[in-house]
Amino acid sequence: MHDLISPPSGGIALADRLAAIRASHPTPDPSAVEDVVRAVLLTMTGDLTAQESSLLAEVEELGKTIASAKAEIAALRVDDITISHIPFATDELDAIVAHTASATHAILESCEVLDDAASATTGEVSARLQDATTKIYEACSFQDITGQRITKVVTTLKAIEAKVAQIVSTFGVGGGSIDDVVAVSMGEDELLNGPQLPALAMDQSDIDKLMASFD
Amino acid sequence: MPIDKAMNILIVDDYKTMLRIIRNLLKQIEFNNVEEATDGSEALLKLRSGSYGLVISDWNMAPMTGLQLLQEVRADDRLKATPFIMITAESKTENVVAAKQAGVSNYIVKPFNAETLRDKIEKVLGHA
Repeated sequence: MHDLISPPSGGIALADRLAAIRASHPTPDPSAVEDVVRAVLLTMTGDLTAQESSLLAEVEELGKTIASAKAEIAALRVDDITISHIPFATDELDAIVAHTASATHAILESCEVLDDAASATTGEVSARLQDATTKIYEACSFQDITGQRITKVVTTLKAIEAKVAQIVSTFGVGGGSIDDVVAVSMGEDELLNGPQLPALAMDQSDIDKLMASFD
Repeated sequence: MPIDKAMNILIVDDYKTMLRIIRNLLKQIEFNNVEEATDGSEALLKLRSGSYGLVISDWNMAPMTGLQLLQEVRADDRLKATPFIMITAESKTENVVAAKQAGVSNYIVKPFNAETLRDKIEKVLGHA
């Protein structure tokens, strides 16, 4: 059998050439694989051994799988996700933030008027008014918390958008390109995670116990 | 000795609504000399050019976070004794530990209520 690994006299070994090709094309391109499979099939002639037939069947199956995946991805119109669905969702979330900010501003304006009125009176009425305005101020902090939660959702949506664009680009369907997608930085400082879900979060008494443990 | 209600307090948060809420809650407990900053860098400039008896800061801000502000304050000879309360939605154990290691005076998790704010202020000012 002809030795494909050893170099012909004065030539470069196949292993070295393959290594050089791998270095220049670190990410396999499904279209290129498909082309190679087709080229191999077209050049095979003569009788095949059982092992070669088995290998041929596997290579053929690989080619079919790639073609099928491309067709399925194209049918899903995944580029709609990056072109319309995710931008629509993030715009809606931005609108929620803007509306709640506006509403919170209006609530605080009115609350400050009530607070001033409370200061102008004395006794039980003043105390009740101030108690009510305190509760309104406390409740208005929801806008900060929901804003942070929405920011986390938008970051997640943008990460999904980038992944979808990468799939579309890799399989060459839908016309999208990873370069068209805004780069998403997930490298946020590990300590900055925003609000935790209530079931997972420590409450103020947990924080107090932890703080006290340092004393 | 009673708490000096005339002291200057610096509140730091990148959310203007939160600044407004904290300012109003402080006003209700008779702290009227309150100044605001919207990130750590602005806060540090104000601290270095003024005199404050207490800093109340959010954590998650850019470009300088509340933790970085705290570290800068503790590294500054003139500012290092200033009481510093962190108010944040970051409520993981590692956050509290990191803040404590950096020298935080107390830690309040959002959402918080007026009673918690009053209680922590009294504690850090040594009157609890």
